[in-house]
Parts: sequence; structure tokens; C-alpha cells
Amino acid sequence: MSDVTRAEICVAACADLFAGAGETLASPMGLVPSLGARLARLTTEPDLLVSDGEAFLLTPESTVEGWLPYRKVFDVVAHGRRHVVMGANQVDRFGNQNISAIGDHARPTRQLLGFRGAPGNTINHRTSYWVPKHGTRVFVEKVDVVSGVGYDRAVGPFHDIHRVVTNLAVLDFATPDHAMRLVSVHPGVSVDEVQQQTSFPLVAGNVTETRLPTDEELELIRTRLDPDAKRDREVRS
Amino acid sequence: MRDKRMTADEVVGGIKDGMTVGIGGWGSRRKPMALVKALLRTKTKDLTIVSYGGPDVGLLCAAGKVRKLVYGFVSLDTIAYDPWFKQARETGAIDVLELDEGMFQIGLKAAAHRLPFLPIRAGLGSDVLRYAPEIRTVHSPYDDGEELVAMPALKLDVALVHLNRADKHGNAQYLGPDPYFDDLFCLAADRRYVSCERIVEQFDGPPQTLLLNRMMVDGVVEAPGGAGFTSCVPDYPRDEQRQREYAAAAGDLEQWPDFYERFLG
Repeated sequence: MSDVTRAEICVAACADLFAGAGETLASPMGLVPSLGARLARLTTEPDLLVSDGEAFLLTPESTVEGWLPYRKVFDVVAHGRRHVVMGANQVDRFGNQNISAIGDHARPTRQLLGFRGAPGNTINHRTSYWVPKHGTRVFVEKVDVVSGVGYDRAVGPFHDIHRVVTNLAVLDFATPDHAMRLVSVHPGVSVDEVQQQTSFPLVAGNVTETRLPTDEELELIRTRLDPDAKRDREVRS
Repeated sequence: MRDKRMTADEVVGGIKDGMTVGIGGWGSRRKPMALVKALLRTKTKDLTIVSYGGPDVGLLCAAGKVRKLVYGFVSLDTIAYDPWFKQARETGAIDVLELDEGMFQIGLKAAAHRLPFLPIRAGLGSDVLRYAPEIRTVHSPYDDGEELVAMPALKLDVALVHLNRADKHGNAQYLGPDPYFDDLFCLAADRRYVSCERIVEQFDGPPQTLLLNRMMVDGVVEAPGGAGFTSCVPDYPRDEQRQREYAAAAGDLEQWPDFYERFLG
């Protein structure tokens, strides 16, 4: 299938986040990760549990298969069978994430959402991040407020920051000191470009090209999951 | 059985300067806006507000009612940030205890169970504890010895919640998909008030939708449309148009007085 958009590549990269997840609750924040979770459910990960973002677990046919109000989400967080894909106003080389505030927390220059569930998510179960606009203001040397906990501050037995998917690349922390590593660049993106858009040096040894979605995946994305192509507004090609 | 019907003004008449007030709902969902409006009309000040925050927080900040805010987030859901909350934070107008959402829940639960604290992992390693040094950790007394956050009880003087149906005795029912944490807010508070869309003689629907029973409630206010522009499904969805008006007016000092007058009715 021709004319694959950058957004579609990102959706497939987000689907790949859930490889091997099995009967795990996928909690994607944002459109592209949501499409990725639902794509994984329809293809490689049929056992994945996907919520409607409110209180219900839905099958691919949108029938209700479970009830998961916020209080029960917190139970799943503590229980650990969950993979959250959160946004990040800032993220640093060890995967610390900030969605709380920019500047001094006592009197921020820009108040954001607050800690939300980031501290609990990152200490309890697998966490990935989705950054639709990869740039030096997001990928910072040091986050202003640590909401999601990175590898240099990780405590407890369940900390697991998996990957960061952006509009330019896929990154992970599979290095000896868990510093961020460039895994793959999306087709048409260079390693230099990703580095230029990142405020700290990336580990960039064996960088590959992010895979294209398969014909089956493209068909599902375009006709079933997102027929109005809202994904192309979250990520421009 | 006692008839606990009251007016919104009677409810807020019992809220004194400096009290800690928990507000139910979540974000811009099923907020007890009729009770919040009544509170806005009073001269009460220096409140500590405990909320999974939505426009309730923004409005109370706008009115200068808040001395301290305890929250995990403040958001209007379809609009990411509440402008009045942002302004209050960015001008340093309020003290805050910013928590992880799960810490918030376990803090209410500790209060509900009359415990000084409950342990939780959430918060470890993050800046929650850096900005809230009053929150301490404990070590498991068992062989694992794991360090955990000792989340202190979030004790409330007053809880304000809004449900779909209630009877005059204080039994109350939610008909939407999510109870949120309204039962916990009531159990964590000394005085508990529920507003509802309609007071009924008998409840329809499965009994497990009866979230609150009368020993958890001190006063019932019939307030149709009492969640304001926040959602109260299935009675009504969020009024996105009015929420946009709120957010636009909140970001514009010239528009605000007019909006605020209309909002208070």
C-alpha cells in the first residue's frame, strides 16, 4: 500500500509497544497510542484489554466486556498487569517525565496537569511515553518536576520504563546505565535530526529504520480504526 | 427515619473559614456545582479544598476561597487545563499538596478507616515527596523490609458530592458508569452532603448502584442540573459549549464578571 503517513508509522510503532503483553490492560493516552493499542489487539495481541477511556473495557466490536471505573484502575496499577502510554511535557535521558509544572514547583511559570497517576504508574508497572512533537523543549537534560520516575531514581521491584515513541523515532533505555538509546528512526528521518531535536546525547549504536505498517495494518487503521484520519492531525507527515 | 432534606445555602452555611472541604466527582464529571455555587456566594474563606479537580477548583480559586489545595490533577477533560487554577498556581496565590492520584485515594481511605496512614508504593522516587516533606515513608515490618510511602489520612471536615438520585433519608444512587470516589469522600468527612438530580421515594435500577447509604450522609439537596456544565450521565452529558465559555471567560478578565454573574444566576 502506498503513501504511508508518518502518523501511520507511529501507530504501528505504538502497536509494537504491546508485543508479548498478553492479558494486560493497555492504557494509552492520546490518539496515536490508542490506535496502536487497538491495532495490536486486532493483530498480534488479541488477548490485550483495552478500555474506552471511561469505565468500560471494550472488545474490538465495541461491546462491553468489563467494568473498570477509576477506583478499579488504581487496583490494576497496584496489581501491575498494566502498560500505560503517557504523554510527557518533558522527559530526560533516564526517562524521568514531567506533566506537573514548568519551572519552580512552588510558583511555576507554567502549571500543567499535576502529577496525575505518573508516580504510581512508573513505580508499579510497565510505562511508555508518546511524544507527538519531538523537540529540545520536551527532551531535556533534566526535567523540572519528576512526575514519572526514571531509571536513575527508580526504586522498588516493578519499575519498567519500556520505550518512547515520537513523531521522529523510537527510543528505549537498553543501555548499561539505562541512558536513553535511539532504537530506530522513522523513514525519512536521520539520526542527526533526532539528536538535534534532543537536548542530551543519545546512545546511537545500531540504529535501524522504524518498520512500515503492513498492508493488513494499514487497511485496519484506515478503514476501521480511524476512517476520518484524525491521526494525521496529531502527527503531520 | 430522619428527613435530611436541606437547601444548598443551609449546607454551605455550616462551612466555616479554614475548614477542609472534599469535593466529589472527577475532573469535569459529576461535580456538585450547585453546592459549589452556593459556597461561592458566601463570605467563607481560607478553605482547604480536596478534589480530583475540575472547574470546582477553578471557580473556588477565582473567588479567592482557597488557602490550600490538595489534588492529583486539575483538568476540564476536553480542555486540558483550568485557567483559574493555572493562574492561582502561577501567581503563587494558593498553597498546594500535589499528590499522585492513587496516593490521594489511599489518603481518603485512611481517613475513612480512621487510620493515621496507609502504605502505598506510589510517590517513591518522584518529586511528590520532595514538595511534600511532611509525607514520610515506613519500612515493612516483615522480612522484605521494603520502604513504602506512609500516605497520611486526608481527613475532611465536610464532603460535597452530587449523585443522580437520592431519597430524603440520605440513601443515594449513581446511574452513570463510574462511582468516582464519592463514597470515600463521605466516609472521610465529619459532615457529608449529597445533592442529587431528583429526590425519589423508591429507587429504580440495580441495588449495587446505591453508592451511599444514610449513615454516610447528613444532608440531601434536590438540585436538578446540579452538576452544572460538568457531566452527570445518564441525566446529561457535559455541556461542552458552556465549559468552553467558562474557560474563555476565565482567561479574560473583561469577560469574567459577566460570565460569573450569569453562572451564579
